[in-house]
Amino acid sequence: MEDIKKLEEFQAKIDAEIKIEPKDWMPEDYRKHLQRQISQHAHSEVIGMQPEGNWISRAPSLRAKVVLLAKIQDEAGHGQYLYSAAETLGKSRDEYIEELQTEKAKYSSIFNYPTLTWADMGAVGWLVDGAAIVNQVSLQRTSYGPYSRAMVRICKEESFHQRQGYEIMAHMANGTPEQKAMAQDALNRFWWPSIMMFGPHDSDSPNTGNAVKWKIKRETNDELRQKFIDKTVQQAEVIGLTIPDPDLKWNEEKGHYDFGEMDWEEFWRVVKGNGPCNKQRLNHHKKAHQDGAWVREAALAYAAKQKEKQLVA
Amino acid sequence: MSNTDNQGDVWEVFIQSKPGLPHKHAGSIHATDKEMALQNARDTYTRRQEGTCLWVVPLNAIVSSMPEDNDSFFDPSDDKIYRHPTHYVMPDGAKHI
Ligand SMILES: [Fe+2]
Ligand SMILES: [Fe+2]
Repeated sequence: MEDIKKLEEFQAKIDAEIKIEPKDWMPEDYRKHLQRQISQHAHSEVIGMQPEGNWISRAPSLRAKVVLLAKIQDEAGHGQYLYSAAETLGKSRDEYIEELQTEKAKYSSIFNYPTLTWADMGAVGWLVDGAAIVNQVSLQRTSYGPYSRAMVRICKEESFHQRQGYEIMAHMANGTPEQKAMAQDALNRFWWPSIMMFGPHDSDSPNTGNAVKWKIKRETNDELRQKFIDKTVQQAEVIGLTIPDPDLKWNEEKGHYDFGEMDWEEFWRVVKGNGPCNKQRLNHHKKAHQDGAWVREAALAYAAKQKEKQLVA
Repeated sequence: MSNTDNQGDVWEVFIQSKPGLPHKHAGSIHATDKEMALQNARDTYTRRQEGTCLWVVPLNAIVSSMPEDNDSFFDPSDDKIYRHPTHYVMPDGAKHI
């Protein structure tokens, strides 16, 4: 049983906007919530490299290729920052990776969709990174110090991701009719999964209560989704593409866009492992991990030798 | 997980962003030796010229004070207000002091 006084002190700190640091006392549920959320976030960055990695060798120009490589390398870095933050909660990186590989931990469902054309590199950067940015900007103010610091670092790097994606989309939307159709098709396929990245409606979201009270989450799923949609509609208009939602309409009174209902059956189907690429993504992660075994072996052998040498010297 | 299935030890990373400034904690990385620790820290934390110098320190080499000791540990300085310049009364009209 947790000490009521400690819990009160903890909540008082949260209310006063004092960050919680790794060695501070925290309720077990706060720790567990963060372990789950931060590791899920880390896994998403890492798995998220796969749909884009698919296009490195087929990028249409050298410039496009170096940009894509730099972007994917950033995502690897984001994974590292986040694992680093998650590890401060008393669980090792090995354990987190094992949870991913044994499907105890999830990652963002958006990465279970295939990237079929070059325009998808545009749609992913513009919409997927765009949605991630809205979420991450909000999380810069999260109550857990290491998570907040990782978010600040990540947000600095993300804006180039979204801009390079939007540039690809703008380019294609201004190209031949075939290129424009390709861009529209990418938008059609990625729009709904992107706005579902924010998760279920607040009314159906079991984790929101404590997460908001403890300021892990600073804004709710629906608030963040609305922000993203409000920003993105104008960007689509500028490049002459149509967001595939017949119910999308400016609501003067609310000062926000109204939009259609998402397909939650599809959402849960993909979350539960039955999206188009779930198996492929996880198998690839496991294979890369196994293929790297000899590197880890060699590194450990080298470290052992170095230690021996030091003892002798 | 087998022995060779681990990610190496945790090293904390400190970056000096330009000469004259203090090194600042950036996060951590995993590595099995010093050289790898420095290279991983460079690849992870300085992809945009964030630094002119990097320190990597094995996590287990860091000694930290503990939050539960904060009261007794830091309070000896609480009642020494004479360590602050505002404690002193300057004569009226004195300038540049
Ligand atoms: Fe990222
Ligand atoms: Fe990104």
